[in-house]
Amino acid sequence: MTNLTKLTLADAVDGLKAKKFSSQEITQAFVTEIEKSNATLNAYVVVTGEKALEMAKASDAKLAKGQGGRLEGAPLGIKDLFSTKGVRTTACSNILGEFTPTYESTVTQNLWDAGSVMLGKLNMDEFAMGSANETSRFGPPSNPWRRKGSNVKLTAGGSSGGSATAVSADLCLAATASDTGGSIRQPAAFTGIVGIKPTYGRASRYGMVAFASSLDQAGPLAKTVKDAALMLEVMCSGDKKDSTSLHLPVPEWTKSVGKSVKGMKIGVPKEYRVDGMPEEIEKLWQQGIAWMKAAGAEIVDVSLPHTKYALPAYYIVAPAEASSNLARYDGIRYGARESGDGSLTSTYETTRAKGFGAEVQRRLMIGTYVLSAGYYDAYYLRAQKVRTKILQDFEEAFKQCDALLTPATPSAAFGYGEKGDDPVAMYLNDIFTVTANLAGLPAIALPAGLDAQGLPLGLQVIGKALDEESCFKVAAAIEDAAAFKARPEKWW
Amino acid sequence: MSVDKDTVRKVARLARIAVPEERLEPLSKELNGILAWIEQLNEVDVEGVDPMTTPVAMKLPMREDVISDGNIRDQVLANAPKSEDGFFVVPKVVE
Repeated sequence: MTNLTKLTLADAVDGLKAKKFSSQEITQAFVTEIEKSNATLNAYVVVTGEKALEMAKASDAKLAKGQGGRLEGAPLGIKDLFSTKGVRTTACSNILGEFTPTYESTVTQNLWDAGSVMLGKLNMDEFAMGSANETSRFGPPSNPWRRKGSNVKLTAGGSSGGSATAVSADLCLAATASDTGGSIRQPAAFTGIVGIKPTYGRASRYGMVAFASSLDQAGPLAKTVKDAALMLEVMCSGDKKDSTSLHLPVPEWTKSVGKSVKGMKIGVPKEYRVDGMPEEIEKLWQQGIAWMKAAGAEIVDVSLPHTKYALPAYYIVAPAEASSNLARYDGIRYGARESGDGSLTSTYETTRAKGFGAEVQRRLMIGTYVLSAGYYDAYYLRAQKVRTKILQDFEEAFKQCDALLTPATPSAAFGYGEKGDDPVAMYLNDIFTVTANLAGLPAIALPAGLDAQGLPLGLQVIGKALDEESCFKVAAAIEDAAAFKARPEKWW
Repeated sequence: MSVDKDTVRKVARLARIAVPEERLEPLSKELNGILAWIEQLNEVDVEGVDPMTTPVAMKLPMREDVISDGNIRDQVLANAPKSEDGFFVVPKVVE
């Protein structure tokens, strides 16, 4: 029974239903593993061991009667961005102090309704602003992967670095995450796991700490494509509490996994071949193309001419929306308060100066500037129009193909501090992922190989709006062909 | 477009973030770096293009105009940094 933590979510759920082991056994196995590893990996910022075992006990009672939901008894990790009733939720920011929600996010409620068990809250960049999980108030997690023969600590990516670390190091069966510019897919690629961002509106944003409302979307990080499909099916729902959520039936995505891709047309966008991209990424991409051909798909060259404008547009839209969303942190109604000189204005200004980290302050300043009087048309409105052009690029491309295949990131995981202190250099990490957020499209990242240093590299499949099915089909075909079985060597 | 120290001071005020005097200059450099990079967007012809709203056309849903929540004063106050007798306590606002 020592290997329960290494199971896939789908196998664990089957094992629980077949009573091969109990939820209390697998939950205890994870709690023990977290106790041993978390001081080193820093994946969890809150561990809810007791609550987990209580939930597991309730699940076992249901399972004993042959009842229970689709994820009955399965232990999961929750990104600290999702409000969890009675469990501290801070989006890893000091400004939220010891904030303990009195309500539950819709996404996590869906998971509990399906019977899953909460192990704790996972590390992330402060308010999900970052690509290395180094802006967290709790310090960064450690990627379980290291370069061959090196003990340099690498980033697990960001912003969902804690979720990626936990899944990759077997500290949960799967985890929730969120993706505003690549925060699910880049950490997935950096840690050799699978992550999908669904079409904007598939998952409710109710109870998610808001960053950029027109871009934020929840999704899972998991060990396999099938696990990701299972998680996403449970997480998504139309929700009266989120007026941007889509009131559409949630398809049975698990059934897309394993379906043939024969005859599918897969687009390869030439603009994703960027300057300075390591040869290994190009090689991996070509390998992915070869796998698709071998599986009977047809490869089509397509063009997305406005790709280079995606990141600059993102760095207007996201900070602008953040500056509006984060105006709520005033030190009055919840979170930490600093009094300054005792006046109201000073309370606001010192609360926010002390509570927000440097990157968040930088983005709030950019957002405030681009929205300030006289600049709205030149910046925000123009950026929103560029977004339309980016969506039109995709719509044109999808006239010729069913899905797009691209690399997930322009490099493998890097070490902390290796990017220097130029914010723009860090922003470029999201170059392949951010377009899907701007256009609201579904996109999945999955591991497809290792680089020369032994680090995982990922590919990305972008689908049409509402066509997660194609993402899962293509990703499962790549997963099958890649037979990626590498695991990080345990050093922690 | 270039952001000088005075503009940074003004923006910090608008964003309600206390920025110490010695941070204004370095911040203006950082912001200018980011804004210079963003300027690329001026190359795009957006004449006659509508701003993006959603990838999936849908009508904004209307809800029934009924009370669905409330009477949760203690929950609302549960995370207040300072509260008393069922109220938020705030710094003096009116002299």
